[in-house]
Amino acid sequence: MTGRRLSVGIVGASGYAGGELLRLLSGHPGVEVTQATSEQHAGKFVYHVHPHLRDQSSLRFVSRDALAACDVLFLAMPHGQSQAHITHYAGLADYVVDLSADFRLRDPAFYAAAYQRDHLAPNWLPRFVYGLPELSRDALTSAHYASGVGCNATATMLALWALVKSGTIVPDQPVIVDLKVGSSEAGNSPTASSHHPARSGVVRPFQLTGHRHEAEVQQAFESYGAFDIRMAVTSVEMVRGVAAAIHLTLPVGLPERSLWNHYRAAWDNEPFVRIVHARQGIYRHPEPRLLAGTNYADVGWEYDPDTGRTVLLCALDNLGKGAAGSAVQCMNVMCGFEETTALTFGGIYP
Amino acid sequence: MQTECVECGAVITVSEDVMQGEILACSDCGAELEVIELEPLTLDLAPMEMEDWGE
Repeated sequence: MTGRRLSVGIVGASGYAGGELLRLLSGHPGVEVTQATSEQHAGKFVYHVHPHLRDQSSLRFVSRDALAACDVLFLAMPHGQSQAHITHYAGLADYVVDLSADFRLRDPAFYAAAYQRDHLAPNWLPRFVYGLPELSRDALTSAHYASGVGCNATATMLALWALVKSGTIVPDQPVIVDLKVGSSEAGNSPTASSHHPARSGVVRPFQLTGHRHEAEVQQAFESYGAFDIRMAVTSVEMVRGVAAAIHLTLPVGLPERSLWNHYRAAWDNEPFVRIVHARQGIYRHPEPRLLAGTNYADVGWEYDPDTGRTVLLCALDNLGKGAAGSAVQCMNVMCGFEETTALTFGGIYP
Repeated sequence: MQTECVECGAVITVSEDVMQGEILACSDCGAELEVIELEPLTLDLAPMEMEDWGE
């Protein structure tokens, strides 16, 4: 990349993912966020909506109508809005990263089946690269358009990937994905179910079958077979975080070391995926609380060699690795920056 | 000297003055490894006190 800082616009910057983009990009030496749109908050300083950005950004929100050309455009709007205006947005920037679900699936029929409506810009679907660098880095290197990732799909894919890639898991059984998720997954528009007296303290199963993110995982693994992915999501007492526990059966008698070898082969060279499978301490498995604000995903497993009973694990921050973090990582890959730029915050503890 | 963790296969670097009975820790999986023999260098999992580790 040249020495010039790239200009960045964020459309839909008042949401949680938009705020996370603003936070991450404020520390990026290669870019400058020059525009942040919000129809509801146009004219306000961004820190009025994202209070943690006081003294981090002096930007004011503008309306989408005032959006000017820039180098990179992040679209962080509710699902369905990017596809309605993608030609306009693509005309404003060389690079577009869309965080919504609009361009994650390549096949319009697959999209219609998963989202129960026809896609408004089906000719754009094959132009987008799926925005998870761990699975699509090579394609992202030459891409100008990247999709976002589903946070629950990301946790599922990263939990499974080492054993799918190695051929240890074959698509001959249902893959049962138990996901515990935080309240920020629901976005920043209040609802009756997100009202504090109703939400606080819950362990609320809210989508146990037919989750839309199943389609993303099936698409990502399609070259390895037609996996039967079954997600079940439960809201728990967290603001940020996804914890995936994937239940399946592997052949009996696998040496523990062979599982380590598969995980190391998949993840040793990945900057943001860590193997957490420890024999000591109180955090022996991936734990989302430790990952709040980070772009890291931790993966691990529990395996019973006598029965083959297996649980694969992944934890991440739904707004970080599950949304804005991966989006910035995509931009880094697409624009030739060091992939980890602005993404190495390690979290806080306790 | 280098050897492998008997649990996960990670490379373990051992100082030249390591002693028999010394407990080493694997940086990958956290296993505690006891030096059983020096010639040849042989490690085994150290006995662990069973606990519920907070759960």
